[in-house]
Amino acid sequence: MAEVAIRTENLSVSFAGFRAVDGVDLSVEAGTIHALIGPNGAGKTTCFNLITKFIRPSSGRIWLGEQDITALEPDAVARLGMVRSFQISAVFPGLSVLENVRVALQPTLGVTFQFWRSNRILRRLDDQAMALLDRVGMAAVAGERAADLSYGRKRVLEIATTLALDPSVLLLDEPMAGMGAEDVAMVANLIREVGRNRTILMVEHNLSVVADLSDRITVLQRGQILAEGSYAEVSSDRRVIEAYMGEEVTDA
Amino acid sequence: MSTRSVIVFLLVVALLAAAPFVVYPVFLMKALLFALFASAFNLLLGYVGLLSFGHAAFFGFAAYVSAHVVKVWEWGPEGGIVAGTAVAAALGLVFGWLAIRRQGIYFAMVTLALAQMVYFVSLQASFTHGEDGIQAVPRRPLFGIVDISDNLSLYFFVAVVAVAGMLLVRRAIHSPFGEVLRAIRENEQRARSLGFRVDRYKLLAFVLSAALAGVAGSTKILVFQLASLSDVEWMMSGEVVLMALIGGMGTVWGPALGAVVIVAMQNYLAQFGAMVTILQGIIFVAVVLLFRRGIVGEALAFWEKRRKAGAADDTASATLPERQGKAAPGE
Ligand SMILES: Nc1ncnc2c1ncn2[C@@H]1O[C@H](COP(=O)(O)OP(=O)(O)OP(=O)(O)O)[C@@H](O)[C@H]1O
Ligand SMILES: [Mg+2]
Repeated sequence: MAEVAIRTENLSVSFAGFRAVDGVDLSVEAGTIHALIGPNGAGKTTCFNLITKFIRPSSGRIWLGEQDITALEPDAVARLGMVRSFQISAVFPGLSVLENVRVALQPTLGVTFQFWRSNRILRRLDDQAMALLDRVGMAAVAGERAADLSYGRKRVLEIATTLALDPSVLLLDEPMAGMGAEDVAMVANLIREVGRNRTILMVEHNLSVVADLSDRITVLQRGQILAEGSYAEVSSDRRVIEAYMGEEVTDA
Repeated sequence: MSTRSVIVFLLVVALLAAAPFVVYPVFLMKALLFALFASAFNLLLGYVGLLSFGHAAFFGFAAYVSAHVVKVWEWGPEGGIVAGTAVAAALGLVFGWLAIRRQGIYFAMVTLALAQMVYFVSLQASFTHGEDGIQAVPRRPLFGIVDISDNLSLYFFVAVVAVAGMLLVRRAIHSPFGEVLRAIRENEQRARSLGFRVDRYKLLAFVLSAALAGVAGSTKILVFQLASLSDVEWMMSGEVVLMALIGGMGTVWGPALGAVVIVAMQNYLAQFGAMVTILQGIIFVAVVLLFRRGIVGEALAFWEKRRKAGAADDTASATLPERQGKAAPGE
């Protein structure tokens, strides 16, 4: 058996009686790119929120590698090496592009609680931050306020910030939503590249990207796993085609 | 430090050194200590986004502790300040620990409720002497040697304490810690998802804010030789909110300026009695409705606008390459 990076068992959560995620047993193999797809409202983001501990499950357990993380806080999960991005772009709008990445790097200096020290020390991180920005093609806008970026570029910045933590497990919630074609190609390459030595769980509606990148796909519908397998297996599954009402999956 | 900040700093020092020969020193000391109090408060409001409605507890209770150890235990003024500050920090730890899990109005309510408990203790405890307060606190020599019994020499001591305290607030804002606070204020969820223990950063900010409020309170008793209920009352918590808002919360020096404005009003308009309170109310409403950024905040915004307009002209006429440097942080 290959090593498992993320595992959930009977993961469920209800919002006012509505079971948004309902008994999900998910297993993501270490070192693979795993896609989580499904129609709008299927519970994909809610799954992410559960796995990263931003919401508490009504029942079920979650493991990160060997460790049971069911009772942990979101920041603790991040420190264990599982970092997520958000469906709605999550940057620090008032900070510059460079500062956005730099703040994520700050814990490596071990100075985050030092209130008596000048923040000039953070300049030591500038090269590293610039290298990350360069990697996503944003070095030229390093001095701009994140708030002034286009939506797509904010998403790219968010990915750069996530990568700054050098996580071993990445959860990306629709990383390409709202991006221009150029950035989609760039981010797809980036995901492939960083996915070589990490585990990536990704929600994405762009099915050609999913087909292209993922080793394995889980299809979610109404909070439950509908199908699972390679792209070829999943896209030929009758129930999946029905779930997508025959549109996207068949012509992808 | 850039030459410009050195010049500004020297100017301020010169101004503070000359001031007591022109203006009544007791008024100046009061203004300086409230400036420190408001700056400490603003570290929380302006830079973490937490509105505490209980800061009088730190200010006022530190005053009692300082007055008690100086008067009854016969400690020196420096001992009084250290004791008052330590107790304020400890109170801050308890308040903060209980309050930071709450957001917005609930946070304010928790701090208010806890401060009311401190007020009640101050009213009932024997060492605080109820309505009388701790009176006739002696002005012992500083470190046992430096005489600060006259207002002028005390002024210089108080000025050093207040300025040092405000510089510490400024430093905290522009520190690695301050950078994390900024990120948390900008997007708390994202900060958590990046692994920051948000509550701990907030708690440290709370304790720092409380401790520095304690420095102001415990130094104040040297000036007035009195610790009284008026410093722990909820009105005092409200006043510091007003000072920060008038001066400009989220600016480094705004709350200090707001404090000076309020203290000056109370001082020079005292003859009009209740009018002062009404006037304060009117100013408060005007600031909230018309000048939301406060005096310093509005001034900075105005400058920034002019600078941007100027920069736009530059690029239009000469097509200069875009500048890479970041804008200087708001002072
Ligand atoms: N905090 C919440 N309170 C109540 N209902 C919620 C909450 N979060 C999600 N839901 C509901 O749970 C269901 C699943 O939502 P979720 O956001 O996980 O879907 P999704 O698969 O990510 O969809 P999309 O593709 O649109 O992003 C939806 O019906 C949504 O309305
Ligand atoms: Mg979603």
